[in-house]
Amino acid sequence: MPDFLMPSLGADMDRGTILHWYKQPGDRIERGEIVVLVDTDKAEIEVESFGAGWLDEVLVREGETVPVGAAIARIRSGEAAGEEAAPGTVPPPPPVAPIAPAAPIAKPAKPPPTPARVAPSGAPRIHASPLARRRAADLGVDLATVTGSGPEGAITREDVERAATQPTAAPTAPAPAPPRAAARGDKQASMRSAIAAAMERAHREIPQYYLATRVDLSRALAWLAEQNASRPIAERVLPVALFLKAVAKAALEVPEVNGFWRAGAFVPGEGVHVGVIVSLRQGGILAPALHEVSRKSVTELFAEFRDLVARARAGKLRSSEVSGGTITVTSLGDQGVETVYGVIMPPQVALVGFGRVSEQPFAEHGLLGVKPVVEITLTADHRASDGHRGGRFLSAVARLLQTPESL
Amino acid sequence: MTRDELRAQTLEALGGIAPEADLAGLRGDIALRDQLDLDSMDFLNFLVAVHQRTGVEIPEADYGKLATFDQLVAYLARKTGAA
Repeated sequence: MPDFLMPSLGADMDRGTILHWYKQPGDRIERGEIVVLVDTDKAEIEVESFGAGWLDEVLVREGETVPVGAAIARIRSGEAAGEEAAPGTVPPPPPVAPIAPAAPIAKPAKPPPTPARVAPSGAPRIHASPLARRRAADLGVDLATVTGSGPEGAITREDVERAATQPTAAPTAPAPAPPRAAARGDKQASMRSAIAAAMERAHREIPQYYLATRVDLSRALAWLAEQNASRPIAERVLPVALFLKAVAKAALEVPEVNGFWRAGAFVPGEGVHVGVIVSLRQGGILAPALHEVSRKSVTELFAEFRDLVARARAGKLRSSEVSGGTITVTSLGDQGVETVYGVIMPPQVALVGFGRVSEQPFAEHGLLGVKPVVEITLTADHRASDGHRGGRFLSAVARLLQTPESL
Repeated sequence: MTRDELRAQTLEALGGIAPEADLAGLRGDIALRDQLDLDSMDFLNFLVAVHQRTGVEIPEADYGKLATFDQLVAYLARKTGAA
């Protein structure tokens, strides 16, 4: 039976807390519908369904915290509303969250539970609810030692939890988990921890190389000003939309920078989904993703970006937005930064940085002029690409920005 | 709309963009983006909100003249005849 799993909502998430179930057992769930509100260490995220079905059973109650990949609800129909977990196995990283780490970044004190385990063939069958089985796995309780108090002697979640408190009932219980930093009042600290874990992983595991190029934005900004002149203020577009589109199209030309490094090999991204670093006013960052950027018009892209930033800052992101980035863009130009030397968001393999647009002397065709110039950088994973290809990528971004009308 | 009303509307629009800011201590002669740590997106959203509240069209070419609170209010006053 398919399970709805705790998704990985970013490379720096290893567990999540259920804040609110929007659906109750028996409710119909449509594809794309918001099912549950999850608190990660960084933000509250509305998790959407990736299939249709009926919610059969809630396995994790509001207020409880489980690792990424743990079953949190059971879906009745054959069509999974979440991810389908093979019984008796640890679920694979959810396909909706391709930036999910292959292993938790910050190792939990106990291994991820095996959801909804089925007794192996020949073993005596234990009558227990899926929730009780999962809690037993969580708490290290052997169900064979538990006396059931439910219908027909079924072992309930309460039975398991009671057993877990008995010294003799849980001889193999793991050490208690460290205090969870994500206590509601400690969001800042937990966000810092999550960022730290992802960045430590990046520096520990990724041999990064750095390239930079200066790009004349005269044509791009003139084209944008012309476009904006005829638009009402609410529909005007900022240069960042051109940057995002140019990055996405360049990534199609040099696919080695668009994807993931997993299990010792490069896995190309399916489509170009650009993660954008959004700084929060209270501190910290999020990296929600804009999907299929190469296929969208600059106007569409900016409208989505604007909406995404607003919701990221308001803490109203959806699961499909906080995961799935295949390459990341960061811009620190508003802070006056000339050049950004960024850090890759693992397991991605590249990050593109944009500095501030400033007037600078710029020579072209033997003529020196004062031009609006931006410095664009690439931080790339040397396991997935070489400097030659990285250079091709940056050249493509620069070239594409010279013909903004065709972006 | 009077100049005072324009000031009040502009302040309210600013509060929507930077809710954590102490607007009582806002300096009218220092760039808003520096005082309130506004980025390009914040500033665009702020001007959109000002437009929605006051009805004043603000061409992109004028953005550079609207760095401070006082400059913006004076601009709005000129545009609406409230000066």
